[in-house]
Amino acid sequence: MSTPFQQFWQRFTGNKFATAGLVVIVALFVLSLAASLLTPYQPDAIDAWHVLLPPSAEHWFGTDELGRDVLTRVIFGARVSLKVGFVAVGIAVLIGTVVGLFAGFYGGWIDTLLMRVVDIMLCFPTFFLILAVIAMLEPSIWYIMIIIGLTGWMGVARLVRAEVLSLKSRDFILAARVLGASDLRIIFRHVLPNALSPVLVSATLGVAGAILTESALSFLGIGVQPPTPSWGNILTSGKDYIEFAWWLSLFPGVAILVTVLSYNLVGEGIRDALDPRRQ
Amino acid sequence: MANYLIKRILMLIPLLIGITLITFTVIHLAPGEPVEMQTAMSPKVSAQSRARLREFYGLDKPLYVQYGLWISHLARLDFGRSFAPDNRPVLDKIKERIPITISLNVIALILEFGIAIPIGIMAAVHRDTLLDRGISVFVFVGFAVPTFWLALLCMYLFGVKLSWLPISGIHSLGSEHLPFLARMGDMAKHLLLPVAIATFGSLAGLSRYMRSTMLEVLSQDYITTARAKGVKERIVIYRHALKNALLPVITLLGFSLPGLIGGSVIFETIFAIPGMGQLFYQGVMARDYPLVMGILVIGACLTLIGNLLADLSYALADPRIRHGRG
Amino acid sequence: MSFCRCLALILTALVLAGCAKGAPEEKARAQGGIYGADTLVTGSIGEPSNLIPILSADSASSDVAGLVYNGLVRYDKDLKLEGDLARSWEVSPDGLGITFHLRRGVKWHDGHDFTSRDVLYTYRVTIDPKTPTAYAEDFKQVQSAQAVDDYTFRVRYAKPFAPALASWGMPILPAHLLEGKEITKSPLSRSPVGTGPFVFKEWIPGQRVMLERNPEYYEGAPRLSRYVYRIIPDSSTMYMELKAGGIDMMGLSPVQYQRQTNTREFLARFNKYRYPASAYTYLGYNLRLPVFQDRRVRQAITCAINKEEIVAGVLLGMGQLAHGPYKPGTWAYKPKVAADPAYDPARSALLLREAGYVMGQDGILVKDGKPLSFTIMTNQGNDQRLKAAQIIQRRLKKVGIDVKIRVMEWASFLTNFIDKGRFEAVLLGWTIGQDPDLYDVWHSSKTGPKELNFVGYKNPELDRLIVEGRGTFDTEKRRACYYQIQEILAQDQPYTFLYVPDALPVVTSRVKGIEPAPAGIMHNLIRWYVNQ
Repeated sequence: MSTPFQQFWQRFTGNKFATAGLVVIVALFVLSLAASLLTPYQPDAIDAWHVLLPPSAEHWFGTDELGRDVLTRVIFGARVSLKVGFVAVGIAVLIGTVVGLFAGFYGGWIDTLLMRVVDIMLCFPTFFLILAVIAMLEPSIWYIMIIIGLTGWMGVARLVRAEVLSLKSRDFILAARVLGASDLRIIFRHVLPNALSPVLVSATLGVAGAILTESALSFLGIGVQPPTPSWGNILTSGKDYIEFAWWLSLFPGVAILVTVLSYNLVGEGIRDALDPRRQ
Repeated sequence: MANYLIKRILMLIPLLIGITLITFTVIHLAPGEPVEMQTAMSPKVSAQSRARLREFYGLDKPLYVQYGLWISHLARLDFGRSFAPDNRPVLDKIKERIPITISLNVIALILEFGIAIPIGIMAAVHRDTLLDRGISVFVFVGFAVPTFWLALLCMYLFGVKLSWLPISGIHSLGSEHLPFLARMGDMAKHLLLPVAIATFGSLAGLSRYMRSTMLEVLSQDYITTARAKGVKERIVIYRHALKNALLPVITLLGFSLPGLIGGSVIFETIFAIPGMGQLFYQGVMARDYPLVMGILVIGACLTLIGNLLADLSYALADPRIRHGRG
Repeated sequence: MSFCRCLALILTALVLAGCAKGAPEEKARAQGGIYGADTLVTGSIGEPSNLIPILSADSASSDVAGLVYNGLVRYDKDLKLEGDLARSWEVSPDGLGITFHLRRGVKWHDGHDFTSRDVLYTYRVTIDPKTPTAYAEDFKQVQSAQAVDDYTFRVRYAKPFAPALASWGMPILPAHLLEGKEITKSPLSRSPVGTGPFVFKEWIPGQRVMLERNPEYYEGAPRLSRYVYRIIPDSSTMYMELKAGGIDMMGLSPVQYQRQTNTREFLARFNKYRYPASAYTYLGYNLRLPVFQDRRVRQAITCAINKEEIVAGVLLGMGQLAHGPYKPGTWAYKPKVAADPAYDPARSALLLREAGYVMGQDGILVKDGKPLSFTIMTNQGNDQRLKAAQIIQRRLKKVGIDVKIRVMEWASFLTNFIDKGRFEAVLLGWTIGQDPDLYDVWHSSKTGPKELNFVGYKNPELDRLIVEGRGTFDTEKRRACYYQIQEILAQDQPYTFLYVPDALPVVTSRVKGIEPAPAGIMHNLIRWYVNQ
C-alpha cells in the first residue's frame, strides 16, 4: 500500500511533459535564488559604449540597449517575474478561497450575493480593469501584483464553492457537525483541505497568467519600471531591434514561453493525477 | 421558455448596477478630482467651464449623489464629453471604434470554437497518445507566447521578409476605390495576422475544456453500453458522445468574450487597428475619465449580452430548460 | 494551416461585409484603383489632437497644420526670414511698427479670397483671453493692429521687440469661417481650411489624415499629389511598415540609423539624412522644492552626470553635448561657457558635503534625517529620454542619490503634474526657436500655472538680460546679452542641459528633389516629385 501522495506522485511523474515542466520550474527557482552568484555582472550596470553587442564569450546573451548584460538581466528578471506571479496568485487564491468557502458553506443570500459579485467581475475585460487602475495610480510592482490578484480570484471562488457544495453533504462533514464542531472548524479542518486540489491546479495556471499579464503591461510601458528587470520589460526593450539585435528579445521571450508552458503542463499534470477517474 | 427569458433578463439588472458601481469605484481610486484634468487645459476659461463640469458630475455633492447623477446620465446614454483636446462626446468616439473591435473578436471567437472543439475532441479520443500530447503542447504554446512578441515576429516574417501580408492597419490606402470584393479581400489580408494570432492564443482554455468534457462523457455508462452492443466506435463518438459533450461548451461562448476584448488592447496597438482597445489605452494613459468609464461600462455590457445569448442558445438546445423547468 | 487561412479569409470577408459602408462602385471604376506613386505616406506615433494650430501643442497637429496653413512670414532653407503670405514688409524707422503688404490672389481652400481681415482676426482671436492657447505671449506685445486696406496690414509695438517679425509666422486662420463663432467648437478643428500647399481631404480617426495637392497654391501646385499621415502607435511596427513599403518617410532612431539601415538593399530603397535638430533635451528641477533650492545640489547633480556617456549610449554619438539653451553654431550660442560644470564625480561629492549631506548606511546621502532621493518624470513614447533617465539614475546612485523614474502620457503629464508643480525632476526637451529670445521659458513672470517656466526659476539679473536682449535690434548687443545668460544658466544649473540630438529622417528613394539644408529637408516639400 502506498500513501495517497505516493500514488499522486507516481501518476504525476508518469506524465513526461508535466515532469519536464516541474523540472523547469524548480530550476528557475534555484536560478532566481542564486542569481547574484551566477553572474559577474549587475543587472543595472550600464555601459553606454557597448550597447547591443551580440552574444560573445564575455556576454553569453549579448548586451542590451544600454550595454547591460542580457543574461544577468534575464536571471534577475526571473526573480521579479516569479514574484509577480506568486504574489498575485496568492492574493487571488486567498480571496477566491474565502469567498468560495463562505458562499458554498452558508448558501442562501450570502451565496447569492457573493456569486453575483463574481458574475459582475467576470463581465469586465480583466485587462481593461488592470490597465485602468495601474495607469491611474502609478506603475509599481506592488500595485501590479495586487491588481492582478484582485481581478483574478473569481475562478477560484467558483471552483471552491462547487467543491464545498459537493462536500457538504458527505458523511464526514455531517458527522463533524453532529459532533458539535463549529462552522469555522468544519470549514478549515474538513472542507478546506478537500477543496485544495482544484485550487492548486487553478493557482498553477494563474501564475502563468500573471507572468503574461506583466509582460503585456510592460509592452504598454506600465509594467515593472526601470531599472528593475522583468522578462516583460526586457522583451519590450528588445522589440525595436527584433531583426538585428535578436538576442535582446529572443532570450526573455523564450524564458516567458518556457515558464508559462511549464506552469500549464504542471497544472494539467496535477489535474490528471488527481482525477478520480484514473484511479 | 418565455418565463426563462424574462427571468434571465430581470437578472441582468443587478449585474448592470454592479458593473456601474465597480466602474465608478475604479475611477475614484485615482487621486485628484477628475474635472481638474480638463479645466487645467485652459486656465483662462476655467472658472466658467469648471463650474459647468462640476455641476455635470455633481462634484460638490457626496459620492452617492455623484454616482446617482452619473447613472441618470448613463440611462439617457449620455456618457459625457471626452477630456481629450478634441472634447468630443464619448459615445461618438466609442461608436466609430466599436464595430472593428467586435468584428475582430467575433471572428476570432468563431475560429477559436471552430478549431478548439475538433482538436479537443481529437485529444480526448486519442487520449495519452502522442497526438494528445502534441495538441496540448501546441495549444499551450499559443497561450504561453507573449502575444506582442509573436505578432512582431509574424509581421517581420510575413510582412517584411516574405511580403505576403501587409504589416498593419485595416486596409490599404485608396482601397475605398476598389470594387467590393477586392476591398473585402484587402481587408481580409490585413486582418489575417491579428485574427490568427488572437485565435492561436485563445485555443488552450476551450480545447482543454472540450477534452475533459469529452473524456467525462466517454467514461459514462451509456457509452460503455453502446460500445458493448457493438456500435461502431466512430458512431459512438460522433453521434452519442459529442452531442452531450458539446452542450456545456455553449455557455463558454459568453465567457470567452472579455478575455478577447481585453487582449485587443495589445493587438490594436501593435497592428495599428483603430478599435476600442486602442482607444481605451489612450484614454487610460491620458486620464480621460469619461472615456474610460464609458468603455468599461460598454465592454462589460457586451459580455453581459454575450452571456445572455449563450444562455439562451443553451436553453434552446437543452430540452430540460426549453420546456419551462428553468 | 492552409485550411485555417482559407477559413479566416472567408470569415473575415463575410463578417466585415456586414459592417462595411455602401460601396461607391461607379467612383471606383472612374478612378481605376489605388493611388499612384506620387502619394507620399508618412508615419506618426501620435494622432493629431486639433487642426486649428493655436489650439494644439502636439507635434502631430502642427506637422499637419503646417502643410495646410501659411503664416505671413516663414524661415527659408537657410533659416532666414522670408515673406510667405506677406509679399513684403517695411519696418518703421523707430523699429516699432511693421507694415505687411499681403499677397494678392491667394485663395482659401474653399475659394474665398485671403485678405488682411484674416490676419486681423487671427491676431484678435489669439490674444482673446477666452481662447485657450499657449501662443498669445508674442502677440500681446502688439500695441495696435489694423487692416489698412484688404492687402495691407500694420502693427505697432509699444517698445522695441526683437522677435516681432518672426512672430508673424503664426498660421493665419480663415476669418470668414470663424469670426463670431466659438473657436473651440469649430468644425475646422477636424477639417481645416487653409491657404497652404495641401488641401485637407479626410481624417479617419485612428488611421490617417489625408491631404491633397492644392492646384491653386500661390507658389504653384505641389508635384506630389497626396500627402498621407498614417497613425501607427507602435515604433517597431512603424519601422517594419517602412521596410515593407507601407510608409515612405519616418524619423529613424539612432540605433536604426547606425546599425540597421546600412545594408545595400536598404540604401538602394531609401535615402537617409542627418542634421542637428533644433531641440535640446534637459533634466529640469522643481526649484520650489527645498532640496533643489540649494544651487550646490544642482551643480553636484550635473557634475555627477557624464553627458558624453549619454550621447554615446542614447544617441550612439549622433548628437552634441548641450550646456545651454542654444543650438551649437547659431549666432547666440556661446561655444565656451566658463561656468559650465564638467563631469567630475569628486567635485560632486564635495559639493554635496558642503550642502550638508552625509553618507547614510544604505549608500544614500542624508541631510537632517532625510535621504537625497527624487523621481525623474518623462513622457511616454520617447525611448531616448527613458534611456537617458536610466543612465542618469545609475550615475547618481554612484554619488549617493536615489533616483526613481516614472514615464507618463504627454497630455496627462502636462496637466496633472507639470502645470500643478507636482514633480521633482523632469527629463524633457524644448525646441530651439530661430529667434534666441528666452522670455517664455526663463523669465520670472512666466512661472504661473500653464506657463513655460514651470520649474519656477527666478533670477532678476537674468530677467533684465532677457528683456534687454529682446528690446534691441542690434545683433551684437543681443549676442552680448545671450552670452551672459548662458554663463548665468551654467552657474545656476536650473536645468542640467544634456544634449542636442541629430534629426535622422529617412525618405524612400522614389521621391526626388529633396535638398538637405540648415532648415532640414521639409522646406521644399512642394517641389518633391516622383519619376513616373
